[in-house]
Parts: sequence; C-alpha cells; structure tokens
Amino acid sequence: MTADMRWRSVIGLEVHVQLSTASKMFCRCEARFGAPPNTLICPVCTSQPGTLPTLNGEALRLGVLAGLALGCTIDPSTKFDRKNYFYPDLPKGYQISQFDRPLCRDGHFKFSTEEGEPREVNIVRAHLEEDSGKIIHPEGVNFSLVDLNRAGTPLLEIVSGPDLHSPDEAMAYLQELRRTLRYAGVADCDMEKGGFRCDANISIMPVDSDTLGTRTETKNLNSFRFVAGALQAEIERQAAVLESGGTVIQETMAYDPDTGKTSVLRSKEDAHDYRYFPEPDLPEFRVDPAWVAELSAGLPELPRARQTRYAVDLGLNKRDADTLVAEKELGDYFEATLELTKKPKETANWLLTELLRLSNDRKLPIHELNTTPARLAELVNLVASGGVSIQAGRLLATAMEEQPGQSAEQLAQSMDLVQLSDDGALRQIVEQVIESESSVVERYRSGNVGLLNALLGSVMKASRGKANPKAARQLLLDTLDS
Amino acid sequence: MLSATSIAARVRSGEFDPQDVTEEAIARLQERDLEVHAYLDPDIERARQLADRVAETLRRGDDPGRLAGVPISLKDNMAVHGATLTAGSKILEGYRAPYDSFVAQRLIAEGAVLLGRTNLDEFAMGASTENSAYGPTRNPWDTDRVPGGSSGGSAAAVAAGIVPVALGSETGGSIRQPAALCGITGFKPTFGSVSRRGLVAFGSSLDVIGPLAAHAQDAALVYDVIAGHDPADATTWTGTRPSATTEKADLEGLRIGIPEEFLDEAVDSRVLESVSTAIKTLEEGGAITKVIPKGALPSMHHSIPVYYLVACSEASSNLARFDGMHFGPTSESKDTLDLLARYCATRADLFGPEVRRRIALGTFALSAGYADAWYKKSLSVRRLILNEFTALFGDYDLLAGPTSPFGAFKIGERSQDAYSMYLCDLLTAPACLAGLPSVSVPCGLARKGTYKGLPVGLSLTGPAGQDHRVLAAARAFEAIRGTPERSPIHGDDA
Ligand SMILES: [Zn+2]
Repeated sequence: MTADMRWRSVIGLEVHVQLSTASKMFCRCEARFGAPPNTLICPVCTSQPGTLPTLNGEALRLGVLAGLALGCTIDPSTKFDRKNYFYPDLPKGYQISQFDRPLCRDGHFKFSTEEGEPREVNIVRAHLEEDSGKIIHPEGVNFSLVDLNRAGTPLLEIVSGPDLHSPDEAMAYLQELRRTLRYAGVADCDMEKGGFRCDANISIMPVDSDTLGTRTETKNLNSFRFVAGALQAEIERQAAVLESGGTVIQETMAYDPDTGKTSVLRSKEDAHDYRYFPEPDLPEFRVDPAWVAELSAGLPELPRARQTRYAVDLGLNKRDADTLVAEKELGDYFEATLELTKKPKETANWLLTELLRLSNDRKLPIHELNTTPARLAELVNLVASGGVSIQAGRLLATAMEEQPGQSAEQLAQSMDLVQLSDDGALRQIVEQVIESESSVVERYRSGNVGLLNALLGSVMKASRGKANPKAARQLLLDTLDS
Repeated sequence: MLSATSIAARVRSGEFDPQDVTEEAIARLQERDLEVHAYLDPDIERARQLADRVAETLRRGDDPGRLAGVPISLKDNMAVHGATLTAGSKILEGYRAPYDSFVAQRLIAEGAVLLGRTNLDEFAMGASTENSAYGPTRNPWDTDRVPGGSSGGSAAAVAAGIVPVALGSETGGSIRQPAALCGITGFKPTFGSVSRRGLVAFGSSLDVIGPLAAHAQDAALVYDVIAGHDPADATTWTGTRPSATTEKADLEGLRIGIPEEFLDEAVDSRVLESVSTAIKTLEEGGAITKVIPKGALPSMHHSIPVYYLVACSEASSNLARFDGMHFGPTSESKDTLDLLARYCATRADLFGPEVRRRIALGTFALSAGYADAWYKKSLSVRRLILNEFTALFGDYDLLAGPTSPFGAFKIGERSQDAYSMYLCDLLTAPACLAGLPSVSVPCGLARKGTYKGLPVGLSLTGPAGQDHRVLAAARAFEAIRGTPERSPIHGDDA
C-alpha cells in the first residue's frame, strides 16, 4: 500500500508572482530580467539613507486585476506594512509588504484535475510586496555577491487555503493559476526567470480521520517539476515519520531536486519574528470601487470560461479546446480567424495542424508568422467552399506563408490546385471513366454498389487529384443512375 | 548679522556681492566654530561654488531667487549630492550622499549658499547634541552648556551668528528645544508640509524638517521655500499653502489658550516667569489669552512614553539598513565569515549607546507578544492626543506655553540619565505626535535661578496646515518684543 492510500494530504500553496510592470514597485528603475548585475538600481532600491518609496500605480492596477481574476474581494482601501528581517539581499532590512489588510482577499478559484474533475480552491489572500535582490555565491572564494537588479520588483503573493489533496491536484491548480494570470495580462509567470515561485504547506492525516496533522512549509519551489517532486517527497517523509511512531514537527523544509528529498531548513524555534507594522512612508490609499468595477469589466475572458465555450457552444472536442486555450495568443488567434470563417471545427483543425506546423518549422511564435488570422481564414474558407481539396490546402498553407503577397486563390491558381467542381470539365472526366471502365460499371449496376469508390478513385486519378471528391461522387451517382 | 531676508534683498538688488557675503560667513564659521563645534563638515568649497553660481546668475541679469546669496547650514542628516552625510554616527563615517534631498534642491534653486553641515545627536536621537559620535556642540550663550538637540549644531550656528538661518529636523522636539535653549526661532511645520526625501529617517511618522533662524521673518521665508508637495514623498500634502512670509503679522483678536498641562510642575519657575511675561506681550498685541484649566489635554501626560514607543519602533526598522553590507564602514573587530556575527559587530561597534538603546526599545515594542501592549497601544493614545488637540482648536487659534521645561543645562548634567534627558521633550512631543505646526520664539533671558541669563523659548502651536498663521504670530510677537537678545559669541556685528 502506498502512502497515498493510507494518508490524505492537505496542501496549501503560497505563490509569488512577478507582476509585468515596466518599472519597479517603489522606484522608477526598470524591472527587467537578465541585465548585468547592479545596473538597474537607484538610491531608492539600494536603500540609501533618506530615500522614500513611492507606489507604482501599475503594480496596484495589476494586483487588482489579478485579484479580480481569482474571484477576490477588493477592499476600498488598503495599506502597506514593513516586514523586518536582516539579510544581505534585503538592503533596507525590511520588506515592504502587506500584513493585515491585503489588497485582495476571500477569492474562489476553479480548476479541473487532469481527469477533468472540477475543483475549487479558496484564495485566502493576495497581497503586494517587493522582491529582494539576489545573492550569488561564486565558486572557490570566501565571499558572496549581491545583485540588486531584482530588489523592489513588484510581486503578488497568492495564498491558497489548505484545499488541495494531492500533488497532482496542486499541479493542476498551479497550471490553471498560471494560465489565468497570463490571460489577465498581469504576469508572465516565467519560472525560468523566477517570475513564479512557490512555497507549499503540507500536512497529512489518516484517510479515515478529520483531524488535521501538523504542517510543514517547504520553501522556494521554483519549477513545476520541483513542486510535484517536493510535495511527493514531503508527503512520503511525513508518512514515514508517522508510520514509525514519530510525530511531525512544525518546521520549514527545503527540497533538494538532486536527491528528491526534503530536509529541515529551520525549526519553529528559529522562526522569524517579522515585527510587522504599518509602513509610515506610504499613507493608506483608496482603491476606488468604481475603478475596480471598470477593471473588472475590462478583464478578458479567462481560460476556463473560454474552454467551456469552445467545448459547449462551438462543439470542439476537449483536446482541441484545451490546446487552443493553453496559451492566450493561440486562443486569440483562433477567435480572430473564426470571426472571418464562422466555422469553428474547420478553423480549429487548420490552426492546430498547419499553423502550428508552420510555427514549429520556422521557430516563430504564431503572431510573427506571415499567416495572419485573415490569411488563415482565406485558406479555411477556400477549402470549405470546395475551391481546393484538403490535401491541396496543406500545400497552399506552406505557399501562403512563403509568399505573403499572394492571396490564397491566386496561389491556388498558379499552383494549379483549384479543384474541379463545376459541371463542364468534371462531367467530361466522369463520362470518360464510365466509358473506359465499362465492366466495373456493369458490376455496379448489377448491385455491387461498393464499386462506386473504385470509380471515384478513377475519376480522381484522371483529374490528377483536382476533382472535388464530393462533386465527383454526386456526378457519378447522377450519371450512373440515369 | 543681517537677516536672511535683507541679505537676499541686497544681493538681488546688486548692493551685496554674494561671494563677499559667503566669504564673511566662512570667516565667521572658521573663527566661532572653534568655540561651539557646530559643524561636522564646513564644506567651504561647496559654499564658494554655490556663491559663484549666484554671482554668475546675477551677471547674466537673471534673478537668483528668494534666498539669493543667503548662507544656510543644514543639519547633517539631510542629503546633499556628493557631500558627506554622517547623521552624527560612526556607522556613516565617510559616506557621501548619492542624491540631493528635496530641501537642498529647493534652497539651491532659490539661490541659497549651502554652508556646511551641522552637528546633531546621532541619528537625531537626543536633546543635547551630546550623543554625536563626533563630540558635543556647545551653547554660544555658555560653552559649558548644551545647545539642546538634536538640531544643536544648527541652533548653535545661528545663535553664534555664523549663518542667519539653518535647517533642523524634529521628531519629538529637536528643532524647537535647541532653538529655545539658544535664544533663536525654531519652527516645526505640520507633518507632511515639507518633504522628507533625503532626510535620514528616525521616526518616519513624526520626522519633519524646519528652519532655525535668528529672526522669525527668516523662518517664514525659508519655510515658504522648502514647503510643498513632493511626488517622491507620499506623505506630503498637495493642498494650497498660503505664504507664511506675506501672511499679515497681527495678533489682534487672536484667541490664544494656555493649557495648564503645559505649565507642568517639572517646568522651571524662572522659565515660567519669562513665559508669563511673553503672554502679557501677546496680550499687548491684541491677543485674547486664557489659561485652559487642567483636563483639556488629559492624555498629554502619556506623551513621553507614547512618543518614545512610536519613534523607537519606527527607528528600529529605519536603522536596519545600517548593516555594513551596502554602504558605510564595516566593523573589523570580528574577523569572521558568520553573517550574524558580522551584523552584530558592525552595529554594536558603530552605533552609539543611545541609538542602540532606542533600537532595542523599538524592537521590543514591535515584538510578537508585546506589540499589542506597547506599539499598538501607543498608536491608540497618539490618536487620543490628536483628538484632544483638535477639540481645543475649536475654541482657540493657537496654544501657548514654554517650549522646554528648563534652560540650557550643563554638558554632562543629564547625559548619564536617559529618563531625565527624555524629559526635555515633555512639552514638545505632544505637537509632534499630533503632527501640528509649532514655533518656539525667544522670549527673553531667565532673570534668576539655575538658568539665569540663559534664553527661554515661548511655544506657539496651531492647527494642522495653519503653518502660515503660526509663523505670522511669531513674526508679530518678535515685532512687539524687538530683536531678540544675542549670545556673547554672536556679539554685536552687523
Ligand atoms: Zn531603483
């Protein structure tokens, strides 16, 4: 029996998301990843004596948008607090954060498990805070270096309730959270760049119990893979402790991805007393409910709603709907194309096959391809109207990408891909086939109706593939039955 | 020495050469500072450069501004780009500010000649300037005595007649108390009317920059220059601000209350005597004065503990950045790679005892399990004090009383007993907690007793935002009383 079967795990996640602002939260330095160390700094974010923070309104706006996307309540006023602790990556000796009055609170957030089971997580709170700098430990020397480029970058800390019950569920929640925040335009959630970091509170209890166990906190999980690994490892560690008659101690853990194990980072006795108090340099500020309503109205359709609409209203299969919604750009591209085709399934097919193939082949994001939604719509419409066959359409897709000056129809003409659908030319070919395949026609007429496909194949062959199969079939039937 | 107002007028008119004015101030500084030690860095080079700039502006035929050629000294807790900024502490020894404070920008933009930075109690924590890591400043009235503090260097520089005006900062009394002890005018503006950008933070919700001046008119002029909204200080207010310079200096009909709480038994009787005379002077000017019976400010007696809890709590956080990691010196007393040991060594070795005491007090007051009883409780009482003041201002335009319970005391007299030093803030801390504008104007010398022959200050406090009225009353009072007495070091020079 595995740990999963005897123990029920209770998981709450704290996610730190870097908001997509151009500048830092309390100074006007650029907020950007990858610049040479200590080049994006100023007196404020290096905490020179006498400097004061001023709030970046864009960070506030993005924080509110995120809260709305997570179904949170946004109170009409809020404030900042200081969280005091010493560390070399924290030049002020305190972090400006929010303590007892977070910008966003009491949200309800829906997601689905891998198996499609709906779940809901409570968002206890989401608050604004500034990021710290980064410490670099060069090899072979007895000193460390500090890079303050990241110091003061705006973060939103999103705290879920203890509502997740397996690593898989936690992963599904994180994926939906990431997708939602990207849709809302508040964050890139780029894990590589530290834009999406996670701490996990984990406890376990016997499956037949309803008494919560002692929880531990596992810190600094900076990739989805680490989150899954760390949760699994910590659940197993706690199960092993309890099964050997021990007790789980409330402590802070670290996960080592190399060993796949969690270990104690610090015990409860060493827990920081952050001595929170209201940030005296930033007065309480109003978050105008009318402004919040305006932001709420401007919020784009979020991925879960879009996915449901694609599956239910547009009749797309679940897999296609999932894929289209995974990245907002793809869904937006789909919407723009659909606007011009009004054919959801065909549009989805062409987009998910040919467009993604082009994007892959050329290593370009879809919005940088020559094939714009308008051009893809031309192709979808041309195929749907029978102007070219599906096979020809594929050739045409590549040609359209290579020759952006030519319309779909012009290219179909010049590549000799136009289907024969009109009576004249097609009728001639059908009649020729009926004449030359007289023995097959004989057997067909004597009841072997399955031979129609053989005759159709001959028509296609005679037309060198240009016959519209649907039209040819109808014409064959009409001629044979007359 | 001439007033800042008349220096500026004569420089602007071409009657005075700004470079001559500056050289004279430099000469006074070099001679008199030997006795008072008001300056941590005279920074004469910068003064000469700024004077050259003013001269150049005049040569071009442009107006150098309202403070044209006026030598002004800054307390050494205000940033001047490229200049040292010690805050009176070893932990900032050799540090140079990488940017200008708002007040420095404003002064320079109006043609002021910044002349040096003045001594202070370390991180503005103290009431005697004895807590400076660079030695005490002496009172120009009696060099065996303290000038008050923490803006003691600025007060002494003005009282010694080196400069007509200097900037100080106040958290619990640090402008008005040294002004009173040095016989000059000191004005603490409404919290939020002067930007704190570039002021080394002590108690952020209390800290205010203001002028110390030989003449009330100069305090008003400098206040007008430095007050105003600063987008870089979110606590500055944006509303309109009437000029304190042109506001009519008239006491006629002004309702002035004297709360009995201001006449505490701790106040020296000779100080009270001078203040009583001053109140008669206010009446001569047409003011209607009334002693308000005890009970109008029932929470005032909590001011000292509340003030120290709030200011020290904030200070414990504000001073966390001085860790030897990012700027300033590092103690080398412990050769260790252990991070905590390095923090401890730097902060134990380079902060002075009073600063360490206040950090410890503030850290304790904010600690889990204690914050409710100490920090949060003190915020509630602070609100009560503000409400009580607000209620009084329904009936009175201004409140008057002594600025300091006593005159300039001897160097060393109180420095061994923290609580007796904290009592210096007894009468100033309440207006700081309430964020109110308050001025101390010289009201004569004590006639007898411990402080015989030493200056006494009258305090006038107004409602928030009425800085111009408070300063106008100070100007009117000075106009009736006449030019304040001058310290022996200042002498009679013109
Ligand atoms: Zn910056």
